[in-house]
Amino acid sequence: MAMFLAITAALFVAIVLVLVRLFAGPTLYDRVLAVNTFGTLTVLVLSALGFVTERPDFLDIAMLYALVNFVGTIAILKFFRYRSFGRIRPEPEER
Amino acid sequence: MDPALIDFARNLATAIAFIVGGGFILVGSLGLVRLPDVWSRIHAAGIIDTIGAELILIGMMFQTGLTQTTLKLALIGLFLFITGPTATHAVANASFIAGIRPDRLKRNESEAVLGEDTPEEMKA
Amino acid sequence: MTKALGLLVALFALWLALSGYFKPFLLIVGFLSCLFTVLLARRMNLLDDEAVPLQLRLTLPLYWSWLGGEIFKSALAVSKIILSPRIVLDQQLIAVESPLKTDMGHVIFANSITLTPGTATVEAAPGKFLVHALTNEAASAEAFTEMARRVAVVETR
Repeated sequence: MAMFLAITAALFVAIVLVLVRLFAGPTLYDRVLAVNTFGTLTVLVLSALGFVTERPDFLDIAMLYALVNFVGTIAILKFFRYRSFGRIRPEPEER
Repeated sequence: MDPALIDFARNLATAIAFIVGGGFILVGSLGLVRLPDVWSRIHAAGIIDTIGAELILIGMMFQTGLTQTTLKLALIGLFLFITGPTATHAVANASFIAGIRPDRLKRNESEAVLGEDTPEEMKA
Repeated sequence: MTKALGLLVALFALWLALSGYFKPFLLIVGFLSCLFTVLLARRMNLLDDEAVPLQLRLTLPLYWSWLGGEIFKSALAVSKIILSPRIVLDQQLIAVESPLKTDMGHVIFANSITLTPGTATVEAAPGKFLVHALTNEAASAEAFTEMARRVAVVETR
C-alpha cells in the first residue's frame, strides 16, 4: 500500500516535469512527444490508483487509455502532416 | 515454505522493481526537460516508455500473483511494448519530414538511405 | 484456414482474459462475437502474415527477454548522459542495413532499434533504415548486426 502511494507520488513528479516540456515546446513535435509520454504516465498512475483504492477495474480504464493515447498521437501527427484525418491527398510538390 | 517469507520476497521484488523503474521514469522526465532538442528528447521519452513503464507494471504483477489482474497488467505491458516504439518512430519521422534537424550533427548518412529523395539541406 | 483458427483462438483468449466470467450464456455470446469478427476479417482479406503472425517462431519471448537486457543497458547509458552536469552529445544519423527477408522481420528489427534508448529509427527504405543515434557508443555497427542476427532467428520457422 505504502509502496503504491510512493510510486504514485514519483509518477506525479514526473508528470509535472513532462508538463513543463509540454508548455515550453518549442516545436510541435516536442509537444506531441510530451503528450505521448504524459499518456504513458497516466496509464501507470491509473493502474497504481487501482491498487491504492483496491478496485482492479481501474486496470480496464488504464488499458483503454493506453490504446486511445496511441491512436491520438498518430492522429495528431497525421493531421499536421496531411491537414486531414481522412483520405490522404498527394503531398505537395515542393517537399 | 513459510507464507510470511513468500510475502516478504514478493514485497521485496516489488520494491526493487518500483525503485529502479521509478528512478528511470524520474531520470527520463528530467531528460525531457534538460536535453537540448527534439531529437535527443526522443531518447529520454524512450526511457520512460520502455524500461520505466515495464518495470513498474512487472512490480505490480508481483503483488497480484496468478490472477486475472496479472493477465490484465501483462496485456497493458504488451500494448505499451508494441505501441511505444511505433509512436516514437512516428514523432521522429514526422519531425524529419518537417525539416527539423539535430543540433550539431556529427555524421549524416541520410543520402545513403534516401537516395535521390534526400532533402537539399541534408546532403553532405 | 489455419490463420482464421489462430485469430479465433487469440480473440477468444482475449475475451476470457478481459471478462473473467465463465457463465455459459456469456461464453456463447463471446464465442459468437469472436466468430463474427473472424468472418469480417476474412471478408476484408485481413488474414495475412501481418494480422496473424503465426509464421513467427515460438522463441519470440526469448528474444524479448534478450532485448529487455539490452534496453536496460542502454537506458543506463542514456541516464548517465542526462544526469551528467554538462550534457555532451554526438548526435548522428546513420544508415543501417537490414539483412532480413520478411516485412514482419523488418518491423521487429526497426521497432527493436527504437525500443533501445539511444537509437531511434527515423526513415525506412527497402533493405535499409535511417537511424538517429545519441552517442558514438549507441551507433556502433556490431550491436545492430547482433540484433539483426537474433531477429533473423525468430522471423520465420
